[in-house]
Amino acid sequence: MDKTEAQGSKSGLAGAMEWVDARFPATETFEYHMSKYYAPKNFNFWYYFGFLAMFVLVNQLLTGVWLTMNYVPSGDGAFASVEYIMRDVEYGWLMRYLHSTGASFFFVVVYLHMYRALRYGSYRGPRELLWIIGMVIFIALMAEGFFGYLLPWGNMSYWGAQVIVSLFGSIPYIGPDLMEWIRGDFLMSETTLNRFFALHVVALPLVLCVLIFVHLVALHHVGSNNPDGIEIKKNKDENGVPRDGIPFHPYYTVHDIHAMVVFLFIFCAVVFFAPEMGGYFLEKPNFEMADPLKTPEHIAPVWYYTPFYAMLRAATFPLFGLSAKFWGFVVMIGAIVIPMALPWLDRSPVKSIRYKGSISRIMLSIFVISFFILGYLGTQAPSKAGTIAAQICTAIYFAYFILMPWYTRVENTKPEPERVTG
Amino acid sequence: MRKLLLSLMLMLPLAGFAAGGSNWPMEDFEGDLTNLPSLQNGFKIYANYCMGCHSLKFQRYERTADDLGIPHDLALKNLIFTGQKIGGLMSTAMPREESKAWFGAAPPDLTMVTRVREPQWVYNYLKTFYVDETRPLGVNNKVFNNVGMPNALLELQGVQRQVCTDGKCNELVVEAGTGALSPEEFDAAIYDLTNFLYYVSEPARLERQRTGVFVLLFLIILGCFTYLLNREYWKDVDVKH
Repeated sequence: MDKTEAQGSKSGLAGAMEWVDARFPATETFEYHMSKYYAPKNFNFWYYFGFLAMFVLVNQLLTGVWLTMNYVPSGDGAFASVEYIMRDVEYGWLMRYLHSTGASFFFVVVYLHMYRALRYGSYRGPRELLWIIGMVIFIALMAEGFFGYLLPWGNMSYWGAQVIVSLFGSIPYIGPDLMEWIRGDFLMSETTLNRFFALHVVALPLVLCVLIFVHLVALHHVGSNNPDGIEIKKNKDENGVPRDGIPFHPYYTVHDIHAMVVFLFIFCAVVFFAPEMGGYFLEKPNFEMADPLKTPEHIAPVWYYTPFYAMLRAATFPLFGLSAKFWGFVVMIGAIVIPMALPWLDRSPVKSIRYKGSISRIMLSIFVISFFILGYLGTQAPSKAGTIAAQICTAIYFAYFILMPWYTRVENTKPEPERVTG
Repeated sequence: MRKLLLSLMLMLPLAGFAAGGSNWPMEDFEGDLTNLPSLQNGFKIYANYCMGCHSLKFQRYERTADDLGIPHDLALKNLIFTGQKIGGLMSTAMPREESKAWFGAAPPDLTMVTRVREPQWVYNYLKTFYVDETRPLGVNNKVFNNVGMPNALLELQGVQRQVCTDGKCNELVVEAGTGALSPEEFDAAIYDLTNFLYYVSEPARLERQRTGVFVLLFLIILGCFTYLLNREYWKDVDVKH
C-alpha cells in the first residue's frame, strides 16, 4: 500500500476518528485504559470480581431509574407503589427483582473482590491509595444499601433503619440530638423516608460513580497486581511493554464477557426462581407495611451487614461510664474502617499469600471463617452461646489486623519468582 | 425452627401481641398456579367469605380475572360486590375505624399474607379453628393462639372441637352434620382458597418462572460462544512464559 492510498482510506471511519482525536483524546484514552493497558497475564478466578462489581453497578443504576419512575416516596404511597410496580407495571416485577437481587450480589461480588486483595496483597505499595479509595467505595456502598432498604417501607425496612439510626443515639452528649437530626423527626417517619430516598437515588449513586472512576484512574496509573504479587513493570521489553503483561483489550475484555455470562446465569437463576432467597434477600416481615406499633419478632439486617451487626452485639458490657451499646457501635465502626490501615500493617517482604508463611495463611483462613460465623450469628436472635461465639470471632477479626505487623515479620516466607508463574 | 423457638422464647413477655408460631403439627401445602379451576374456586370463596373484612388492596379485579381466565362480565356479576369497576383495586367495604372497635384490631389486608407467613401456615390456620368458650368470640385457633378473628368459614366447616387426651389437645373433630361441606370437601375448599392467596401474593410468579427458563437457556447458548471467543483469543498466549 503506498502513501496516497493510505491517506485516501482515511476519508471514512478513520477520517472521522482523526477529526475527533484532534478535538478529544478518544483513541488516546482508549489505548491508555484498554488496548495498551497491560495487565498481568496470570489473572485467575479472583480477578473477575472488579469487573463484575461494575457490571452490577450498571444493573443497579438502570433498574433503579426504572423503579424511580413508578416509586412514590411517601409514607402512604411507598409500600403500595412497590406493589404497583410488582403487579401493574409491565415487567415491573423484573425491574424490582433485578434491583433487590442486584443489591445482594453487589455485596457478594465486592466481598470477593476485597478477599482477593487480602489474598494477594493488592493493598501493598504502590497501591495504598487504590485500596483506600476502594474502602471508601465499600463504606459508600453500605450507606447506599442502608438508605435503599428503607424505601419499600416494609416493616423490616422501618425497624431495621430504626435500630441502626438509634445506634447514633448511644454517642455521649450529642447522641439524642444527632439521632433526631438524622431522622428529621422524633421517630422514623415520612420525613426520614424522603431524605433517604434523595440520598439513595441521587447523592450516593453520584458519590459511588465518582469514587469508582477515581478507583479506576488510580488502578490504571499503578497497574494491576497479580496472584504472584510481583510487579510486572519491573521487567519490560525494548518497547516498554511489560513482558508478563497483556493488553487488557481484547484479552481481558473477552475474558470478562465470558465471566459476565456465567455470573448472569447464577444471578438470573436467583432473580427468576428464588428472588426472596429464603428470606435472606427479601425478608418476610418486609411484605407487611411499616407499622411503628408492631415490632417484628426478630429484627435482623439484610445478610450483607450481619457480620458487622454481630460485632455490634458482641459488646455486652459498659466501660468508662459509657453504655455497652456505644461500645458496640465503636466496635462496628472500627471493624468497617480498620482494613484501611492494611497497607501499613502488612510488613511481609512478599505480597502474595503464595509466598507468605504459614501464620499468614492461618490468620487469613480463620479471619474468613470468623467473618462467615459472624455473618451467620448476625441473622440469629441473640443468645448466650451466640454472644460468646461472636465475641471470639470479633477478637479474631481484629487480631488479623492488629497482629499483622508482628506475624508478617516473624514468619518464614518463600522467595518471590522473577516472572509470573500462571 | 430453632430460630423461631429462640425468638419466641425471647419474645415471651410480648407473646400476647405477637402472632407467633405454635407446635401444631402442620399439614403440607403445595400451591399449584396452573390449576385454574382451583384458583377460580378460591377467588369465589374469598369473595364470598373473606372480602367483607379483608381487602386485597394491592391487587386489581381485572388482573385477577384475566390471570384466572374469568370473563369480565362474569366477574362483575358474581365476584365484585362493592360496585367497583373491573379495573379497581380489591378493597373492602368494611370501615377501618369501626372494625378496630369491633375486633380490637382492623382485619389486615391479605394481599401478601402468604409471603409474610407461608402458604402452608395459611392453609393450616384456616383449618384449625375450634370452639373455645373462654375467648371473646367463642373460638380459638391451633396455629394462631388467641386470634381475634371469628371462624368465617363455620357454615362450611361446621362446629369443630378439640379432643384432649392425657392433657394434650392435639386432635380436632368436626361435629357431623353441622357444616355444609364434608371434611374432604372442606379441605379441598381451603386448598383452593390458600392457592388463590398464594397467587395473589405474587401474580407474576408463573410468568417469572416461564421467562426464567428462556433466559437461562439463552445464557447457556451465549456462554458457549463467549467461551469459544475467549479460548480463541487466549490459545496463543503462554501464561507461564
